[in-house]
Amino acid sequence: MNRIDLAGRVALVTGGAQGIGLAIAERLLRSGAAVTVWDANEARLTKAGKVLTRLGPCETATVDVTDPRAVEASIAALVETRDTLHILVNNAGIMGKVAPTLDQSDADWTTAVDVLLHGTFWCSRAALPPMLAAGWGRIVNIASISGKEGTPNMPAYSAAKAGVIGLTKSMGRELGESGISVNCITPAAIETDLIRNTSPEHHKYMLSNIPMGRFGQVEEIASLAAWLCSEDCSYTTGGVFDASGARSSY
Amino acid sequence: MTTEYDLAGRKAIVTGAAKGIGHAVAERFLKSGAKVDIWDRDGKALAAAAEELSKLGPVHPCVLDVAHGHEVEGAVDDAVDHWGGIDILVTCAGVLGQVCPTPDYPEDEWHRIIEIHLTGTFLCARAASRHMLEQGYGRIVTLSSDSGKEGTPNMPAYSAAKAGIIGLTRGMAREFATRGVTVNAISPTIIDTEMGREAAKDFGEKALSRIPMKRYGQPEEIAAMIAWLCSEEASFTSGTIFDATGGRSHY
Repeated sequence: MNRIDLAGRVALVTGGAQGIGLAIAERLLRSGAAVTVWDANEARLTKAGKVLTRLGPCETATVDVTDPRAVEASIAALVETRDTLHILVNNAGIMGKVAPTLDQSDADWTTAVDVLLHGTFWCSRAALPPMLAAGWGRIVNIASISGKEGTPNMPAYSAAKAGVIGLTKSMGRELGESGISVNCITPAAIETDLIRNTSPEHHKYMLSNIPMGRFGQVEEIASLAAWLCSEDCSYTTGGVFDASGARSSY
Repeated sequence: MTTEYDLAGRKAIVTGAAKGIGHAVAERFLKSGAKVDIWDRDGKALAAAAEELSKLGPVHPCVLDVAHGHEVEGAVDDAVDHWGGIDILVTCAGVLGQVCPTPDYPEDEWHRIIEIHLTGTFLCARAASRHMLEQGYGRIVTLSSDSGKEGTPNMPAYSAAKAGIIGLTRGMAREFATRGVTVNAISPTIIDTEMGREAAKDFGEKALSRIPMKRYGQPEEIAAMIAWLCSEEASFTSGTIFDATGGRSHY
């Protein structure tokens, strides 16, 4: 296994109580970082916290990333405790309703875009001051292949993830000389509860599009994310890193 | 402590390893525990590199021209005999070629550049992939360039060859997707190597103004990315073009 060096780094992972976020939090802790994990689900977070604290310095906080004031206050609290913030992994996400566009309500659209796109922006904006003060930072956004291709019957998810890619590129360029890099990962379907809970037809459809013929594992995304958070990833910013089992066409 | 990639026991071929990016890749691989077959067509430079690199770990040099199929086939056989197999191929061999307006671009220069970059990458990948597919594991990383995405004025052959490498990489990636062999490309902008500095003479100021990081890349930065892609953990990424352009590339 690669030994990613994140010794002395202070990291925040949103949506870290399960799935990809939990795997990333684990990998960052094993790589020597101090990690704060946020999640909107308190019960799941408590459970995850018990596992994570065994791996290294880990704190948890129940935070709703769609609330910009709560995000700001929670990052201020983090910086108060850890003195700084070097790494932000914007992972918090929901799939939103899987249904034809005509059956998507106002709320279906708004809810998904709020978590996926607005949440990523609120967290990134709030994380910048401590990173700028440190003169070093890594922001890794979990986008999706849906943001490149567009997934049928997932209009809000696809649009929000495309938005995350645009946000990544914009901030990456803006911060080019700052020592802070901003990159995103575009996974294809990863084997998490989000996937397990979809209909068998949707399941089959997703699998048929992946040349490797399998879903990705959360550890595979965590490995890439940890590398993107390391000093070794130093000449790429605004980059879109694919992890789609050879599916992505660009 | 620095990041350590786990390539313990892996057998790698690195083309264009005497200098520049290829040399940095060979160095990082050796530090990561791999055994490295270093290829170059410049025998003198390769001998010097071999002497230096062998202090870090086991190397096996081979002088050849990657544009010649029979030489590539022989060198891969030789590498397999020497190491007992082949797990990793990184194709760094390349030249800048003539920088000249397209209306005046010589036909033989066109063929030379396409052969070194595109045909050479194909020939190396074809020969190495046989062994990788047979054992059900392999990592191939090709060297494209932002020239292959954007197109560089006055470098029609280089731009076309580097774009061709992207297509080749994606095609092989999908073909090998269920067989344990990943194929990915790196797309750097100008890197601080002998070749990169040569390019900077023609494009330097303009290129730098387009790089948000406002600096050229270092070969070690490219080597780190390649080392991650060649590790066992890079298992769900294939057919992709990893950008290393200091924020320049658009896609």
